Amino acid sequence: MTSAVLDRSAARGTRPRRRPGRTALRLAPLAPAVALMLVFLAGPVLWSFYGSLTNQALTGYRAAAPEFVGLDNYTALLADDGFWKAVVLTVVFVGASAVIGQNVLGMALALLLRATSKPLRATVSTLVVVAWVLPEIVAAFALYAFFSTDGTLNQVLGWFGLEGPTWLISVPMLAVVLANIWRGTAFSMMVYGAALSEVPPDVTEAAAIDGATGPQRFFRITLPMIRRSISTNLMLTTLQTLAVFTLIWVMTGGGPGTDSSTLPVLAYQEAFKFAQVGYGTAIATVTLLVGAVFSLVYIRVLKPEVD
Amino acid sequence: MRRQTFAASSGLLVLALGLTACGSGGGSEQDASTITVAYQKTAQFVQLDDLLQKAKTEYEAANEGMTVDLVPIEAEQDQYFTKLALMNGSPDTAPDVIYEDTFQIRSDAAAGYLQPIDEYVEAWEDWDQFPENARQAGLGDDGKVYGVSMGTDTRGIYYNKDLFAQAGLPTDWQPETWDDILDAARTIKTELPDVTPLNVYSGKAAGEATTMQGFEMLLYGTEDTLYDADTQKWVTGSQGFVDSLAFLDTIYSEGLAPSLDIALDAAVGARVATEMLPQGKLAMAVDGSWLPGGWITGDNAWPEWEETMGMAAMPTQNGQEPGFTSMSGGWTLSVGAHAGDPQAAFDFIATALNRENSLKYDTENSQIAVRTDVAEDPEYLGYNPSFEFFSSLVEHTHFRPATPDYSQISSNIQVAAEAMATGQSTPEEAAAAYDDGLLSIVGEDATQAAG
Repeated sequence: MTSAVLDRSAARGTRPRRRPGRTALRLAPLAPAVALMLVFLAGPVLWSFYGSLTNQALTGYRAAAPEFVGLDNYTALLADDGFWKAVVLTVVFVGASAVIGQNVLGMALALLLRATSKPLRATVSTLVVVAWVLPEIVAAFALYAFFSTDGTLNQVLGWFGLEGPTWLISVPMLAVVLANIWRGTAFSMMVYGAALSEVPPDVTEAAAIDGATGPQRFFRITLPMIRRSISTNLMLTTLQTLAVFTLIWVMTGGGPGTDSSTLPVLAYQEAFKFAQVGYGTAIATVTLLVGAVFSLVYIRVLKPEVD
Repeated sequence: MRRQTFAASSGLLVLALGLTACGSGGGSEQDASTITVAYQKTAQFVQLDDLLQKAKTEYEAANEGMTVDLVPIEAEQDQYFTKLALMNGSPDTAPDVIYEDTFQIRSDAAAGYLQPIDEYVEAWEDWDQFPENARQAGLGDDGKVYGVSMGTDTRGIYYNKDLFAQAGLPTDWQPETWDDILDAARTIKTELPDVTPLNVYSGKAAGEATTMQGFEMLLYGTEDTLYDADTQKWVTGSQGFVDSLAFLDTIYSEGLAPSLDIALDAAVGARVATEMLPQGKLAMAVDGSWLPGGWITGDNAWPEWEETMGMAAMPTQNGQEPGFTSMSGGWTLSVGAHAGDPQAAFDFIATALNRENSLKYDTENSQIAVRTDVAEDPEYLGYNPSFEFFSSLVEHTHFRPATPDYSQISSNIQVAAEAMATGQSTPEEAAAAYDDGLLSIVGEDATQAAG
């Protein structure tokens, strides 16, 4: 990469050779920002990684004098069935609620809203955005009230003579997935709405004149043209969903048992319920890695910068 | 890519700055003229708040220039411990006086959250009123005093006499074995299908209630125990452990227990005490001696409880000697390790737990009094008709092995109990998982196989 750049500038022979002092001078104004980033972004990450190498506890002797235990927390984690279950639940939660639910529904809403009248568009988008505007804790309580056994959903079902299940107990994952879709779809809808309005109408019109059907125009023209927005949106919703804690904690507490314990919930439980802060931090670090893997996949698969 | 990285990192930066801003604000400095008191308060547990408000007024009147800053933590028990541990994590936020469960004392003393108060209690004229067992409750691993006992408690079975009569069961009921309890529960289920027959706490969210009011009430009625006090080792692979879990498994799988949306909720204790028992929706509940405190006065007063509720001792598994079992705990007031003026903090405790205030708290919160002068006071004895019964359980009672590791081990017991409620594993599997968890907490050397 570097050599290629050098070769090219050498071949052109136009760019003057950079003096090292000047580069340093030019970068100097950035130093405070870089220092801030390092302290407040890299700092916590490194600190959490260090914490995951200790047996720090919330109470007892190990709270006063934690020991360095190397990779013990990670080996214990890999041997723990509960951890693997949490990994699977996290992937299911992210896949179903963010990648499929929020993205597909958001895209569908954005497309449909383009084709409707203005009052309807305003009404629908306001309703959808309300879920996004609510603070997470308020949304979580609202959804708890909606899905709980004597909650809104089961009462409405009762009007039709149907007896709903105990959503939060018998199908906890379905409940939290639906809840997260409800809460997050507005974001995808807005991103896609903006992206779609940027697609030049003449391109699609030209395709229509050439005889492309509606679905063909969508899949072969529109989607490739908004690929960058899709990639950005997928990454943001994935990372957001990966970090969802309040919603699940309020609705199911990760239960029943561990049936809806995703990685953040598990990390919280290990650190603050079982008082094993070091072990909980190890789970948090793994969650960070999972997020990084997702991001890399999106960047590689969707290649947002290549036209 | 660069644009996205920028957007993502600037977002994170804003977040990080926001968080640090939260961190630097607030936090009481260790001002020697202010005593910060951290304690628990919930919708149905206001008696302590009443007590401390009264003590605050009295202390401030007696000590010119001193301020008592009451910091109620509005949380159920489990979250209370977490919040307390986090407050204690920094000297800036650590409280001076802490409402502390006796099982946490050794753990929190080891963690350096509390400071010994030996020199202060010895100079306190009232200390003679605290008998040996009450003093024991406040000792740390190092044998020093870390807390002053506020009262103790016992546990038994509450049963609704009206429901028992409707189901054709005796109203002066006293089960002799676990099977007697199950038989009564099955009868209730058949005769009164709308009533939940029996509550035994089994959810992780209920925290220590699940361990103590639930599981340990069963386990200490078997041939086995959690911890061998003679060898100072934790017991693994005991039949009693499996049998206790099997009892929970039975009541949940046969539908004799509350539905899971109630049983696994953090507020299950409040619902049992303020809704299910008073409204006649629950026939039997294994619970603590403090329940009548909330029925006698307060927002959830239920004057009919005296005629309605019967109380029975918890039988041993097969009726073996000594026939009955119970568990005792209790809470203390302790001085935080970072207290600006420990003498002042202790003086506040001495005010809050003097004779008059102890009497107020022990009666209103239905505690078994530990101060000799309160326990013998006719006003105390006559206040609550359940005192006589619950005090009689003291002879069968057990104390938790409150080593510094206990709270973590207790969490593992809650996991096993919840696995019974949800049916996610068999009693044998859950007991094996508990043994694994135990080994990882205390290590191989601190355990012994049941024999």
